[in-house]
Amino acid sequence: MNRRPPLTLATAAVVGLAFLGLPLVALLVRAPWRHLLSLVSTPAARTALRLSIECSFGALAIAIITGVPIAWLLARREFPGKSFVRALVTVPLVLPPVVGGVALLFAFGRRGIMPLHIAFTTWAAVLAEAFVAMPFLVLAVEGALGSLDHRYEDVASTLGAGPLHTFRRVTLPLVAPGLAAGAALAWARALGEFGATITFAGNLPGHTQTLPLAVYVALQSSPDTAIALSVLLLAVSVLVLVVLRGRWRGLRP
Amino acid sequence: MTRPGAPLRWASIAALTVVLGACSSTSSSEPGPGQRELFPTVFAASSLTDAFGGINQALAHQGSKATFSFAGSQALVAQIANGAPADVIATADATTMSTVASHLVAPAQVFARNRLVIVTARGNPHRVTSLSDLANPKLAVVLADPTVPAGKYAAQALAAAHVTVHPKSLELEVRSVLTKVELGEADAGIVYATDALAGEGKVTAVPLAGGPVASYEIGAVDNAGRAFVRFVLSAPGQSVLQHFGFLPP
Repeated sequence: MNRRPPLTLATAAVVGLAFLGLPLVALLVRAPWRHLLSLVSTPAARTALRLSIECSFGALAIAIITGVPIAWLLARREFPGKSFVRALVTVPLVLPPVVGGVALLFAFGRRGIMPLHIAFTTWAAVLAEAFVAMPFLVLAVEGALGSLDHRYEDVASTLGAGPLHTFRRVTLPLVAPGLAAGAALAWARALGEFGATITFAGNLPGHTQTLPLAVYVALQSSPDTAIALSVLLLAVSVLVLVVLRGRWRGLRP
Repeated sequence: MTRPGAPLRWASIAALTVVLGACSSTSSSEPGPGQRELFPTVFAASSLTDAFGGINQALAHQGSKATFSFAGSQALVAQIANGAPADVIATADATTMSTVASHLVAPAQVFARNRLVIVTARGNPHRVTSLSDLANPKLAVVLADPTVPAGKYAAQALAAAHVTVHPKSLELEVRSVLTKVELGEADAGIVYATDALAGEGKVTAVPLAGGPVASYEIGAVDNAGRAFVRFVLSAPGQSVLQHFGFLPP
């Protein structure tokens, strides 16, 4: 049997790989390595980094606390409008983030339909990130629950465990790897959020200027700082992939 | 699935149609020599959004039509320095323009001036009368980022008045400041007089006594941009700008 791929497929694949790889290589080539550490450790950069970490973990917490129950409902219960709920959960995945930001503004802005008085606060940045990151977590956990043999849960309840007890002691530990993978993807997405944040939360160093916003602003005044911060974000992304070790491939929506 | 190949085939036909469509449309609208002068690409400070729209209407009578890219001046010059295909660049200050001086075919010229104003929600519910009122911590104040010309002028005005403001956001173009006030997300902001005019009916402008006057510069990045620059500096071009509230150079 001929194991070599057809030439046309191989050529297209190589072009595609070059397209994906070259920008990353360019970033590394252009990076001011000698000053990298000093550029990413300026007070402004450190403030943006600290804020990004706070916001992305805040968004992840919201996504886990509200997302896991949604995933459980989708995987374990039949109810009217289930396909609508699944579509609703998936919308932020396909919606342009800036549109998400505009929508958040008209929902929770000062004159929104449910005014929360959080515009321009760090909370607004957290909500913007949670909005875009939530689908990654829900779909991953739902996938993990779907491939789980629910006889474990049945056995637990026949042994007298209540539904919540079963969920905490049996279901959650069993889907932990799926939850971890979903959490890593959701966190990475939250960390990279730009469009919804700048639209809903604005741009203020120390309060709402997260790393991606800092990269964008720096690119207009100090490109070297922008590249250095970009390398930092790239390193974090690679780290997430290493932590996942290909586990996301087993996730199905 | 009975015909596993069918969806893929349809997808490739659709993709091919899109690609061919894109090719044919670019080849038909590709401007020939001399054409580009009539259809220049103009990078302009966001405060020029309405006025340059008016310039385009005036140009339409000559069969010419510019394509605009509006953003903060600092973002536009960064794009030009990275090779963005602009024929004309118009900035809201001289400092920003000076960073692309080497990209221009002729020295940039001042073509308009603009004053700063405070904008508030319509009717000025918080009774803002001067810059010192912006120091009120109960007021959500939004400014342009100091890298944006409008933000730099605002910082100068505040410093001259010895007022310290804690803005809620530093927007990356002056028009975003106006939008935040229009939407009611901010109580007050500092923008150009022309922006307040554009937002008339939705915002109230509080004029500033004295304060810096912004001077706008325009330059051609290549020869195709010269005609547009000439028109903006001509009497008809100037009357359009003044109609939108700009002061003569």
